[in-house]
Amino acid sequence: MEEMLTIGLSALAATLRVATPLVFCAMAGLVSERAGVIDIGLEGKMLAAAFTSASVAAVSGSALIALLAAMALATLLGLLHGFACITHRGDQVVSGVAINIIAAGLTAVLGIHWFGRGGQTPDLPVEARFMPVLPVSATDAGAALPLRFLAEVLGGHNLLVYLAFLLVPLVWWLIGSSRFGLRLRAVGENPEVVDTAGISVEWLRYRAVMICGALCGMAGTYLAIAQNAAFTPNMTAGQGFIALAAMIFGKWRAFPALAACLLFGFLDAVAIRLQGVEIAGIGQVPVQLIQALPYILTVILLAGFIGRAVAPKAIGQPYLKER
Amino acid sequence: MSGGGRDLPGWLDAGLLPAVNVLLALFAGGLVVLLIGENPLHALVVLLRGAFGDLTALGYTLYYTTNFILTGLAVAVAFHAGLFNIGGEGQAYIGGLGIGLLLLALDRYLPAILLLPLGLVAAAAFGAAFAFVPAWLQAWRGSHVVITTIMFNFIASALMVYLMVNVLIAPGALNTESRGILPSGHLPQFHTIAAAFGFELPATPLNLSLLWALACCVLVYLYVWRSRWGYALRVVGHAPRAAVYAGIRPQRVTIAAMCISGALAGSVGFNEIAGVHHRLLLDFVAGYGFTGIAVALMGRNNPLGILLAALLFGTLYQGGAELAFEIPAFTREMVTVLQGFVILFSGALAYMNRPWIVRLHARLSPAREAG
Amino acid sequence: MRGIDKSFGAIHANRNVTLEVAAGTIHGIVGENGAGKSTLMSILYGFHEADAGEILIGGRRTEIRTPRDAIAAGIGMVHQHFMLVETLSVVENVMLGAEDAFLLRGGRARARAELDRLSRDFGLSVHPDAIVGDLPVGELQRVEILKALYRQARILILDEPTGVLTPAETDQLFRILRLLREQGVTILLITHKLREIMEVTDSVSVMRGGEKVADRLTAATSREELAELMVGRKVRLELERTPARPRESVLAVRDLVVSDAFGVRRVDGVSFDLRGGEVVGIAGVSGNGQSELLETLAGIRPVSAGEIVVAGRRVDHAMPCDPAAMRRLGLAHVPEDRQRLGLVREFAAWECACLGYQDDAAYARGPLLDRAAMEAACRRFMADFDVRPPRPDLGAAKFSGGNQQKLILARELARAPAILLVGQPTRGVDIGAIEFIHRQIIAMRDRGAAILLVSSELEEVMALSDRILVMFQGRIVGELDGAAADERQLGLLMANAGAAAA
Repeated sequence: MEEMLTIGLSALAATLRVATPLVFCAMAGLVSERAGVIDIGLEGKMLAAAFTSASVAAVSGSALIALLAAMALATLLGLLHGFACITHRGDQVVSGVAINIIAAGLTAVLGIHWFGRGGQTPDLPVEARFMPVLPVSATDAGAALPLRFLAEVLGGHNLLVYLAFLLVPLVWWLIGSSRFGLRLRAVGENPEVVDTAGISVEWLRYRAVMICGALCGMAGTYLAIAQNAAFTPNMTAGQGFIALAAMIFGKWRAFPALAACLLFGFLDAVAIRLQGVEIAGIGQVPVQLIQALPYILTVILLAGFIGRAVAPKAIGQPYLKER
Repeated sequence: MSGGGRDLPGWLDAGLLPAVNVLLALFAGGLVVLLIGENPLHALVVLLRGAFGDLTALGYTLYYTTNFILTGLAVAVAFHAGLFNIGGEGQAYIGGLGIGLLLLALDRYLPAILLLPLGLVAAAAFGAAFAFVPAWLQAWRGSHVVITTIMFNFIASALMVYLMVNVLIAPGALNTESRGILPSGHLPQFHTIAAAFGFELPATPLNLSLLWALACCVLVYLYVWRSRWGYALRVVGHAPRAAVYAGIRPQRVTIAAMCISGALAGSVGFNEIAGVHHRLLLDFVAGYGFTGIAVALMGRNNPLGILLAALLFGTLYQGGAELAFEIPAFTREMVTVLQGFVILFSGALAYMNRPWIVRLHARLSPAREAG
Repeated sequence: MRGIDKSFGAIHANRNVTLEVAAGTIHGIVGENGAGKSTLMSILYGFHEADAGEILIGGRRTEIRTPRDAIAAGIGMVHQHFMLVETLSVVENVMLGAEDAFLLRGGRARARAELDRLSRDFGLSVHPDAIVGDLPVGELQRVEILKALYRQARILILDEPTGVLTPAETDQLFRILRLLREQGVTILLITHKLREIMEVTDSVSVMRGGEKVADRLTAATSREELAELMVGRKVRLELERTPARPRESVLAVRDLVVSDAFGVRRVDGVSFDLRGGEVVGIAGVSGNGQSELLETLAGIRPVSAGEIVVAGRRVDHAMPCDPAAMRRLGLAHVPEDRQRLGLVREFAAWECACLGYQDDAAYARGPLLDRAAMEAACRRFMADFDVRPPRPDLGAAKFSGGNQQKLILARELARAPAILLVGQPTRGVDIGAIEFIHRQIIAMRDRGAAILLVSSELEEVMALSDRILVMFQGRIVGELDGAAADERQLGLLMANAGAAAA
């Protein structure tokens, strides 16, 4: 019993850690897609940001400067996406794929060139990383459950984890209660309405892809210099796509997307802990099944078998004034 | 809007514009080479020598080309129906699983002459089946094929890991690999064929699947441009409402196009499993599916263009490997970067250069007529 | 507005139009579809920029380049296709672009209060928190008007506002417009319905073919005069033809109902017979169900209720029939939307020449298409119908409208169909080709084919038809003998004014 509880609490804490980059990216994708710009390039922006933050942290020794640099770079990639899809009305999916592939290649090429070591950046000292804000000492096993929950699950994380979870109400509020959010929702549904209301469709969408980039930058920073102590090639390992799935699973809304991120994070945390464990009555659950579950669930959702995920109506279409 | 919609002569639209885009991509790649302190021209020489310098190099180049032809054609067929199949990676993986399972099951009982064609059928069928689900969902449930094929890539990967680790791994193996396939399931490699005729060729992975890939170019050309089904495919891709008017059922065409696309991607397994590795293993697709997107965009979804683009990427892959070997500052990922640039400039920014080419053409053509 | 001129590519949408509207009046603008009314208004609203001309408001020259300028100048517009975001609430739609501050809270409160006031003053009651996508069309229009009033519009443009309204909603709209006029708002009402002009406007301008052809005080004109001005007293197209010799019915339509994706009945209980050897023309203002009727008969849209009998085969809701099967029954179709349905712009002419017949044995060589046969057919079509340039390899988009249409007509007539459906046969077609196309249609009739013609060109319907059916709001509201019909009578039926006048 006691052992189960400890495992359970550690799984929950791990859920938050795993979900953090997903939350950043899902919110990033949400802002972009609510404005009508598909973003398949979450993965690439996150990867490029992870590399930037690790490199800058290694050189400057400052986690904060690393964060800012990563956000700036990912914002630039967002602008590139905007330049292709908004200004030149290129295909949003193709542009996203291009950004993913360029990021995967460049991070490896530059990593090897600058640092050797097979593309891995130098291991960072504690000062150059985001470390737990409140170092929590392990509570003793006898403490009350709520206290243990507070300490072992909610406590002991670094700043970015808390930022990620603060970001969700912020995005919810921005989309729902601000002028920018209102216009964003309108432009993703029907850009012509926005145009006839005398608002620039292009500038709105550009702001959306820039915010998207900046948030991906935070996700990448978290991966490289908070959760880990260095960049390793392809360290995002598909998390950008899981975040995309979570955003769709959350039907393009902030809190449901958060719930999806937590669910997917939890699945991941459980998968690791279930490796090789026999469960009475079921036997061994294949870890890969649990890992594939986010994708399978998303496909089932998209097929309309559990509720209906309705994307913003103007998504994927470049805006062209009609006659 | 500035002149973007104006007419251009065919050779400008189909020749100059794509060429300019590819040059821009190569130029951007050259900048990256400069950034890491190497001479792009020197790199180019090493790369070309690495890809074509001797028969071994050529063999490897053509072996990579085989895969790119297949995945490029896969993307192109779907594209002509107005669909963007990003799932080539997963379809190739599952296609490999199909042929691997078949060869492992029957290699003891059948001779090569029966076994290998069956294997090809299995690879194509598994690839097609894996593409069928996203296709069906797109046609009848309206879920976007881009998103579902991305998800299916990850599902394929998880499925393969599960099967390899838990089911197919050879007893006592150190790596996650199946047992070796018996020689009856080996697709003849060019050097062994040559040896049978008394020629000596260096040993390379190049095998008969290259012929299949070339045949696919012809078949895809016949299918898309010469057959009734291809006609329907293109009508659906260009003008879905005209398709309905013409009595074509868009749903059926969508499913057929995706299945053919999946079959083409799946036959990468024919090359990799029957032709090279001779066993089932993890990650043998190695990004060929994604490169297919760049190949198709660069080859303008046309078999001849795809053949050339596949050869270019084969060159980059093989020459890039050689480059990484010779110049320590280089890594194979340089090729990935270039691939990304090609997708960016030939795909997402395909029309960026059109306005000025139109203006240039408008300015030059009256002069030419006068002179 | 003075000397407004606007072209879209080759289409000259407005030709030197000058329009003067007195402040505080309701001014109507009438004209047929494509007369340039909407273009003129979208220039006034800054959605399109004029190529030439100027706009004066209150006597002062005003630059209007964007909708923002128009809004600033006190102009509001209620678009024909509502400019509303379906997923947003009424308040949010009203506020969009006029939110006051970064935070919505303050603006929202003001919008609510203002909506309250406006709904009291004008009887424009709409629930402010309702989601726009859930509202019926009548309310959507109220939201559009509220949107304009919230921005303090002093000039309100309404583009075909009653097309989607029931008569009761229309009456209510007019009450609101009169109230607005009392408050000093100037209203521009674009419509093609003469009844409305007579009922609510103070003055009226008539547009035809991109030009303004007349200004009248409503009190000093009549429906008949306006109808004539609208249609234009062009010379009746001379077409030599013998009287029809109708044979047996080949197409029977009984109580046909066609609903669109939103459940709106576009065709509402239509019945008629089409006999071999006659041309039946369907007249009506665009958007009254003619297109849907045509597409349903062609097998493109499903039948919601009622039945169609084509060459002895029954088609109804339970037994649908797709376009391929319709073709096999001997039905050919020249679609209204030539560019998007009739051909594939990216294809070469020879490929378009077999669209719809791609599975025909004549074009097959095993599983492949017989390119030689297709090109030969295309060349034959081009020769028979004088398509220029006669080059099968040229891209379909490169032919002029008339030549595209001749190619489509040639393709559809090639198989001597028993039934021919023709939609807008001469829309965007040059004069020379019009006569040719008309003669081909009559020749087809004389060979015994049954022809159903849908056209928004009144002269065309009159020149070709042996019988004319007039459609209004999905129903057939009148049947006239082709030879006896006159423009005025038809125009009144089309505007459904006849019923009110009678």
